[in-house]
Amino acid sequence: MSVSVARRAARTGRARLGLGLLAAIAFVVVFGPLLAPWPPTAIVAPPLEGPSAQFPLGTDLLGRDVLSRLLSGGGTLTWMTLLATGIGVVLGALIGLTAAYRDGVADTVLMRAMDVVLSFPETIFVLVFVAAFGRHPLLTASLVGVAFAPGVSRVLRGAALPVFDSEYVLWAKANGLPGRQIVLGEVLPGVTSPLMVETGMRLVWAVTAIASLNYLGFGITPPAPDWGLMVSENQDGLAVAPLPVLAPIALILMMALGGNLVAESVARTVSRTEGKS
Amino acid sequence: MAKEVAVSGVTVKAAGHAIVQDIGFELGRGEVLGVVGESGSGKSTLALALLGFARSGATITSGQVVVDGVDLLSLPPAELRRARGRKVAYVPQDPATALNPSLRVSTQLTEGLGQPARTRVRQLLDTVGLPSDDAFLRRRPRQLSGGQQQRVAVAMAIAAGPRLIVLDEPTTGLDVATQARVLDLVRELCRARDLAAIYVSHDLAVVADVADQVMVMYGGEVVEHGPARSVLTRAAHPYTRALLSAVPSATHRHRLVPIRGRAPSIDDARAGCAFAPRCDYATPSCSTTHPALALAPSGTLARCIHAEEVTRNFRTVPRAPEPVVPPANQPALLSVSGLNASYRGRQVVFDVSFDLRPGQCLAVVGESGSGKTTMSRCLAGLHPEHQGEVTFDGSPVPAAASRRDSRTRRELQYVFQNPYGSLSPHRTVEDGLLVALRHYFGVHAREGRRRARAALDRVEIPSRLADRYPSELSGGQRQRVAIARALVCEPKLIICDEVTSALDVSVQASVVELLRSLMDDGPSMIFVTHNLAVVRSISDEVVVLSEGRAVEAGRTDQVLTSPSHAYTRSLLAATLDVPDQISPR
Repeated sequence: MSVSVARRAARTGRARLGLGLLAAIAFVVVFGPLLAPWPPTAIVAPPLEGPSAQFPLGTDLLGRDVLSRLLSGGGTLTWMTLLATGIGVVLGALIGLTAAYRDGVADTVLMRAMDVVLSFPETIFVLVFVAAFGRHPLLTASLVGVAFAPGVSRVLRGAALPVFDSEYVLWAKANGLPGRQIVLGEVLPGVTSPLMVETGMRLVWAVTAIASLNYLGFGITPPAPDWGLMVSENQDGLAVAPLPVLAPIALILMMALGGNLVAESVARTVSRTEGKS
Repeated sequence: MAKEVAVSGVTVKAAGHAIVQDIGFELGRGEVLGVVGESGSGKSTLALALLGFARSGATITSGQVVVDGVDLLSLPPAELRRARGRKVAYVPQDPATALNPSLRVSTQLTEGLGQPARTRVRQLLDTVGLPSDDAFLRRRPRQLSGGQQQRVAVAMAIAAGPRLIVLDEPTTGLDVATQARVLDLVRELCRARDLAAIYVSHDLAVVADVADQVMVMYGGEVVEHGPARSVLTRAAHPYTRALLSAVPSATHRHRLVPIRGRAPSIDDARAGCAFAPRCDYATPSCSTTHPALALAPSGTLARCIHAEEVTRNFRTVPRAPEPVVPPANQPALLSVSGLNASYRGRQVVFDVSFDLRPGQCLAVVGESGSGKTTMSRCLAGLHPEHQGEVTFDGSPVPAAASRRDSRTRRELQYVFQNPYGSLSPHRTVEDGLLVALRHYFGVHAREGRRRARAALDRVEIPSRLADRYPSELSGGQRQRVAIARALVCEPKLIICDEVTSALDVSVQASVVELLRSLMDDGPSMIFVTHNLAVVRSISDEVVVLSEGRAVEAGRTDQVLTSPSHAYTRSLLAATLDVPDQISPR
């Protein structure tokens, strides 16, 4: 079922535009480092030079080639985004489904705990831990994932509750199938559609969250190339040379917009097909 | 003088195939036409076409629907919309989804009326036998019972004073007592207001109760049409006879005869008679000549070249095996004593006790809300909120399924009412059975497949369907798969909770006969139902539940022939029968 939803969603114009944008970004991330004309961290020219044949997008505040840094700077953002989304969705799904399955006290305790985490804005949440444990991209990405988990768990708990009441799950209970098997084998396939939508949305939010954390300097450490970091490094030179700031912003936007378009078209297709089983 | 309603040559096509073909009839004032057929016979499409409406993808290609001198099908859209409600009105199958859940009864009724007049609303509610006080007017649909919702839907239909009212399976899904009250209402409305009505149903017993004329549809065509009595007692078309044989009777215990094969789909090639592949009378010429609707000796119009021969034969129904009377000293397989159960803190089952001996079929009968489903779920371990003693196969059974031992869970299988919800939509038919097999017997791959195929074979599901998903099966097929899933567990007791109530009468017949044949293999059965006629045909013993209490229990033939409790008598009175059932052979 979820396959046909994905296929149907992919046919909409909105999704095609989104997929095109994501494909372009993926190309830059995968092949960019190989195509970069200069080493991304090498100082190769005077700072803030305008575009020329040698430096197509000019140089940044420290005199590094902007194009090379752009081409090499997508990798970190991508893996951090994927890791954060993965942690958020898996953890959230696990908590949400367990709460729906256990009902009663376990449900209340789990969901109230989620509410507590949810009450911290995710940036503040990450800042607290980064301040305590130091700066590391792996830590930042994991923290963003944990910050996403409560939202995911709420959505999936809501989606799973009616599935737990359905007669095929009752059958499994009456026959004493183990809880793990009921949750993973019977209920999880019933909530794949909301799970997919949630994954898409979280991917988009993770891009912006991680790019802004990198911008604030709580993710990756300079001089490594990164789009978020590039914005903060070069904002002082914005008046003289806008390209070192605007180019990474454009790429982050493309990534977020592409993901958003795809996620939204999946969500719309799901809301149209759901309930017809 | 022209009749009030004159329909001729109505044809509805979808994707180039006729789903309703050349339908015509006339109906006088106050007359009721019953339209009967299995799922997929085109009866609902016809019902909508009479309002000049076709579902998306289908179009009404030709025909006339003249009501009160106006041909609805030739009206421009705006006038047609005005005519709906004023000339012809519609009562849909499921009132729960037809009424807007967020509107109060009063708003619901005045929506189509222009200026809302309270007194008019009260009159309408009085007409359909509902309370008309302010408190009732403020209610919303979910605060009404199924029967009340259907009455509101009827009141909405007659609000603008139509001359023809089309009812599409209005009592399917209601229990017998509520159904009897809705049928009374329809009859009374037609008499008092001189309304013509069209009553669509899959159940000949219901149609027999309410209709003056009966039209039997098959594959989008009328196969027999005539005065109700003639169609029901001297049917000239083999399909009508087959439908009649599938109806269970509350007065005689007989085998229900399912119709073999399956209903034709619209894209099947049509050369001869559409029913020929399933017909006992079929001869080679049946598959080449398309018979015309002709007057048969029965006094009905029948579309069959053998009508004369069919009419000559008396309709007979095979007798069912006599109820099992086990030796009195045999220990009970399942023994329930003093069962009390509550639902969300409210007690719904009061002190129910009964014994079931091995090899027997016990029916639990009651209307909606009698606590029969709650009780059966207690036995299945799905409703731990109960007290009382349940003994299965000599040992006491804990209340919750999770605390029962694996053998008890395996030997006590439960089949759910709704075949659309009880199978996981994400598993193929075979995978669904494999889950049970792996769980109880730890068997894998080849052995599991062999056992699953054997069980599917037992419930007459062809092996080509084993790789299908439940959504690709019909309701009857899904229920068979659910039964197969119980069978692979090798149960000693199968609890069937209203397993046939969502099915057509002809499909019900095949499921009931399947269950009867399964009992020959050993398992005992508890059959929960609201239909006393089905009880008569399958069960050995019966327990009658009313408001959570067992008001009567005993041998089925005794209870149904001479009921001692007033409630059983009223239930029996509400159970419909086909008139003049020819005595069993």
